Amino acid sequence: MTTSDLPPYPPIDPTTFDLIIIGTGLPASLISAASSAAGKSVLHLDPNPFYGSHFSSLSVPDISSFLNSHSAPPFNTHDENLTLTTRPLFSDVEISNFAPEILDQHLRKFNLDLSGPRVLFCADKSIDLMLKSGASQYVEFKSVDASLVGDGDGKLWSVPDSRAAIFKDKTLSLLEKNQLMRFFKLVQGHLSNDESEESENGVKISAEDLESLFVEFLTKMKLPPKIKSIILYAIAMADYDQENMVVRKGLLKTKDGIDRLTLYIASVGRFQNALGALIYPIYGQGELAQAFCRRAAVKGCLYVLRMPVISLLKDEDSGSYKGVRLASGQDVFSQKLVLDPSFTVPGPLASAPCEQIQDSCQVLSLIDDKVKVARGICITKSSLKPDISNCLVFFPPRSLFPEQVTSIRVLQLSSNLAVCPLGMFVLYFSALCDEVNQGKKLLHAALNALMKLLVSGNAENSSTVQSEDTEHVEPTLLWSALYIQELTKGQFESVSSTPMPDGNLNYNDLLDATEKVLRFHIFVKFVSSINCSTHYHFTSLVLASLMCSPALGVLYFISWIVNMYVSKS
Amino acid sequence: MHGRPRKPSKPEDEAASAAKAQKLRALQSQFLHNHQNNIYTKEAVELSAKLLEINPESYTAWNYRKLAVEHYLSLTHSDSNPESLNSIFQEELTVAENALRQNFKSYGAWYHRKWVLSKGHSSVNLELRLLDKFQKADSRNFHAWNYRRFVAPLMNRSEEDELKYTEDMICNNFSNYSAWHNRSVLLSNLLKKKADGFLLKEKVLPEEYEFVHQALFTDPDDQSGWFYHLWLLDQTVKVDSPLLVSSWPAHGYDLMLLGDSCPSSPFTSFHSDSGTFPLVLYFNQAVEGVNSSTVSVDCELNTIKDLIWKPLSANNSQTAQVWVTQLNFIDVEPKAYPVEVSLGHSQGIISSSGFHYNHSRFAFRVCVQPVENGSAKRLGGDVMLWSDEKFHIYDAHSQESSPVISLDQLSIQNNHETTASEWRTEAIAKEIDHFRELLSLINCKIGKLTLARLLMAHDTMICPSNKTHFKEVLELYGDLMKLEPSHVQYYKDEHSLVLLQQVTSSKESLLNHCFHYRNLTSSHIGNPICLRLNNLSLSRVGSFDKLLWVQMLDLSHNELQSIEGLEAMQLLSCLNLSNNVLCSFTALEPLRSLKSLKVLNISHNEIGAHSIDTTRYLCSSPVSHSAGSEWNPGEIINADTDVKSYWEAYFILKDLNLTQLDIVGNAISDEKFKSFLIKILHALKWLDGERLH
Repeated sequence: MTTSDLPPYPPIDPTTFDLIIIGTGLPASLISAASSAAGKSVLHLDPNPFYGSHFSSLSVPDISSFLNSHSAPPFNTHDENLTLTTRPLFSDVEISNFAPEILDQHLRKFNLDLSGPRVLFCADKSIDLMLKSGASQYVEFKSVDASLVGDGDGKLWSVPDSRAAIFKDKTLSLLEKNQLMRFFKLVQGHLSNDESEESENGVKISAEDLESLFVEFLTKMKLPPKIKSIILYAIAMADYDQENMVVRKGLLKTKDGIDRLTLYIASVGRFQNALGALIYPIYGQGELAQAFCRRAAVKGCLYVLRMPVISLLKDEDSGSYKGVRLASGQDVFSQKLVLDPSFTVPGPLASAPCEQIQDSCQVLSLIDDKVKVARGICITKSSLKPDISNCLVFFPPRSLFPEQVTSIRVLQLSSNLAVCPLGMFVLYFSALCDEVNQGKKLLHAALNALMKLLVSGNAENSSTVQSEDTEHVEPTLLWSALYIQELTKGQFESVSSTPMPDGNLNYNDLLDATEKVLRFHIFVKFVSSINCSTHYHFTSLVLASLMCSPALGVLYFISWIVNMYVSKS
Repeated sequence: MHGRPRKPSKPEDEAASAAKAQKLRALQSQFLHNHQNNIYTKEAVELSAKLLEINPESYTAWNYRKLAVEHYLSLTHSDSNPESLNSIFQEELTVAENALRQNFKSYGAWYHRKWVLSKGHSSVNLELRLLDKFQKADSRNFHAWNYRRFVAPLMNRSEEDELKYTEDMICNNFSNYSAWHNRSVLLSNLLKKKADGFLLKEKVLPEEYEFVHQALFTDPDDQSGWFYHLWLLDQTVKVDSPLLVSSWPAHGYDLMLLGDSCPSSPFTSFHSDSGTFPLVLYFNQAVEGVNSSTVSVDCELNTIKDLIWKPLSANNSQTAQVWVTQLNFIDVEPKAYPVEVSLGHSQGIISSSGFHYNHSRFAFRVCVQPVENGSAKRLGGDVMLWSDEKFHIYDAHSQESSPVISLDQLSIQNNHETTASEWRTEAIAKEIDHFRELLSLINCKIGKLTLARLLMAHDTMICPSNKTHFKEVLELYGDLMKLEPSHVQYYKDEHSLVLLQQVTSSKESLLNHCFHYRNLTSSHIGNPICLRLNNLSLSRVGSFDKLLWVQMLDLSHNELQSIEGLEAMQLLSCLNLSNNVLCSFTALEPLRSLKSLKVLNISHNEIGAHSIDTTRYLCSSPVSHSAGSEWNPGEIINADTDVKSYWEAYFILKDLNLTQLDIVGNAISDEKFKSFLIKILHALKWLDGERLH
């Protein structure tokens, strides 16, 4: 079924909204949930027939067509108004089906993430946000069973990320176990002494150390290279080679490293039934965007899918934005517009008289404009480790080839997360890169290393079972899609746009970016419509929380909005 | 369950708990009425269930339910319908489970469940699922673990499976004392049974060491692993069958008896007024069953038959590490008599853990010399003075046999054990390396203590000439005293014991502490050697197995609070305990066994300084009426008031044949007490340096 076969839409009524949002990606869904909860009238449109946009989970045919269509050159019609131009955010899409005879009957049984590999930390802001907003009632999670570190020979080691994991680990020496655990304790001690300056055991990390490079701090703590690598790339999830002093990109400071470790440590054991630090939503990451959309719909947001927007409407007098023209031909109006990242605003729009918000987020600034994400999706017949179904694999910089400057992350998911049929596995790859060839090289290197593992693992398993029909060897790799994705940051003007999925595993940076859109776009404008006393209360709350952590801002913002809504009704 | 902060209760909670208490009280009185009148109707029994659900700690209610079950059983006995039996017990299981839901640490509820299952009418299949639930809620809950040990054999669950279960629980979270403990229990059983794969300790224990290392190194601050390590160390060091570690007279001894011609070696001569001397057996652990049928003493004299062996133990039990008997050479022809002692030729010497003593023998010679007339009259002439100028360092002649050498000869006899246990030394050596490495990284108190223990264990295993770790161990204990002042007494005690082991480890080091008492010619002491262990900051004494020969001992100017174990030194005739911190006469109880003691100096201690003496409760007292009390009821009733007020002193000193006693400088020592002493000590000639008339 395509869009053209569908009957024409009934006209949308009313035609004027406080906010129109185009695209149902996770950041957009958050904005619509927050705005609706605050009592604003919101129209949420998506040209696609599904929720989630670049954050959705799709079947094999759908993901193929999405990747292909979003890598096509922009389609532009000339119009007297401001035509919305699409920009290709994907490039060099290579999709191969190695075993159509096995796969074709199952194509619709997959939920493949466009933004993979992506997981959530149990102590993530996004989890808090879902719990507070009530979106959590629509999503169920399962634990990622293991974190592993890989090398070029196809060997995998488990990441000793907790006390129990260090205890059980077979590869660390006794002294290494002691060193690693002591480092964790140091971090924990540092955090628990955060409030009181004079601590008994004096484990607080000095301010000087906090400003130094994390890798230098680890060296100062006398941690051996193996442990340093585990902490840097598998726990603190550093993107770039921390010891490459030529490239000097994405170098973590100790305080960033400690923050990331804190998140990890706080995640382990946060939920009783979660095994480790990481969880994954059943049916795929697309569920998250959908959950927030449902939250928004409950609060009165109007949803129209399969509704492309043709152009923006400009106010004749002021030259500023006033509305959009839909594919159905209808014009709808709003004060504000939030756009999906795949659209660019072509012509000049008069900017709203608002001060620019400084981009204060550390991590975002680490990414320069050239940077892209190389992503890969594979469907396999066997697991990387026979006894583990869902796991993360890290290939630290230089582990696969000497010029590898970024960390490659791989996520394996199994049918128990309802993302693929029984007996199959989905692998997601990602790595940051500056250009296409480099990105593809990274993906291929990781894929090759893991294929060695799959083949050798298979050989061991099947040696006895398949000894009779050795002629017929089933391919391990069934399907793959490799693509390069552009990174876009959010844009905050009278017409804002939401960010693309970033190269991280979790959504924290995306939430920060979304929060900026919210603050700029909705908060600033909405203040006038809210009575004064609440306003002061609210600003002080948000500012206070922002001072201690920008991350908490969104959380308080949303919970405050939800509370407001509840108290009003 | 652990580490959760307590919240102060709110007023509405208090009101609710008051209402609950009201309800509970009503229920309880109704229940007690039923119980007292033996009412076992359905309603009455249900009432007890309701009570137990609210308060699982109501022991009376559990007992009532047991009575009710018996009551029903007696009724249903005639038709003996298995289903009705089943339902009775099923009901009990449900009540117990509900009670445990309320409080899973309820002793009564767990016990009731055990009781029901032990009746054997109910299925045990559901028990593991119940246990899993409780052990998930609190993995350290020792009630659940106890119950698990009870249920597993009932279910025919193998001990190997249970061992695997402890491993899984430990892997989940290794700070689980209960799991480690259960592991040690199961392993002990499997090793004892010599089950498949558990035949050899040397195979099993190294794996366990490897396992516990993961916990110790990952988090040395967590204590649970260290407890298990201590158990492992004990398993490694422990030799199952008891061993004879020393004796007096030792193997190869030439004992000079009676005569006063100058003995060839002061170590081997022994003077006895009565022509008797003690034969002391010193085992490595407490044993029972030492008697004339298990130990034969062969000598051409008939007097050495049917010997009466006495255990030297503080608590009067028939198990002791040290056993003594008296050999009698009165009125025998003066010549050399070879004596052979043979132990364990018939089974009967058994350690407290049930292992038998292996056969062994040793021999010595008793040279009885002609008694010169009048020699006995010399006794007790002069006062014995402990001042330094009376002693001068003893020069041993090279040809002289020394007690140290004879000890070595004895230990060679037991060498068949050491060859079989090379793995023990290896295991300990490996552990030493590991903990040296750990301590090179961190400053860890328990690690230091463990290293000290390991080094000592290593030293006791290898041959005596290689004992090289004393200095390091003493330094470790010294460090620990500084690091952990709250446990300083324990470390000081250990330090003292190691120091004494060092002193007694070789002939050279021992001779440094051996002194001649100058007034030799007029002395009433046969052996003029005095072992001086003064000014060593000792808080405990030990290494008695090496000191059985000592007749004069100076322990003054130390920090002794107790002299536990001193009873083994049966030859002791002069003892100086002055300037220590002994606080009561009951602390001197070991002296009661020292029948040869003549000269005792307990001056400048703290006897009587502490009005409350808790150690006295460990001693037999005239007011205790326990069976086997050494007090003759008439003795105390007929005695005068002094005995009643000084009964502890009386109890310790009454049977001693002291000729000289120094007690000055103790709180108890006043004129009244001194006159009491003169009254009870008939042989006393010198009191606090004054001659008595």
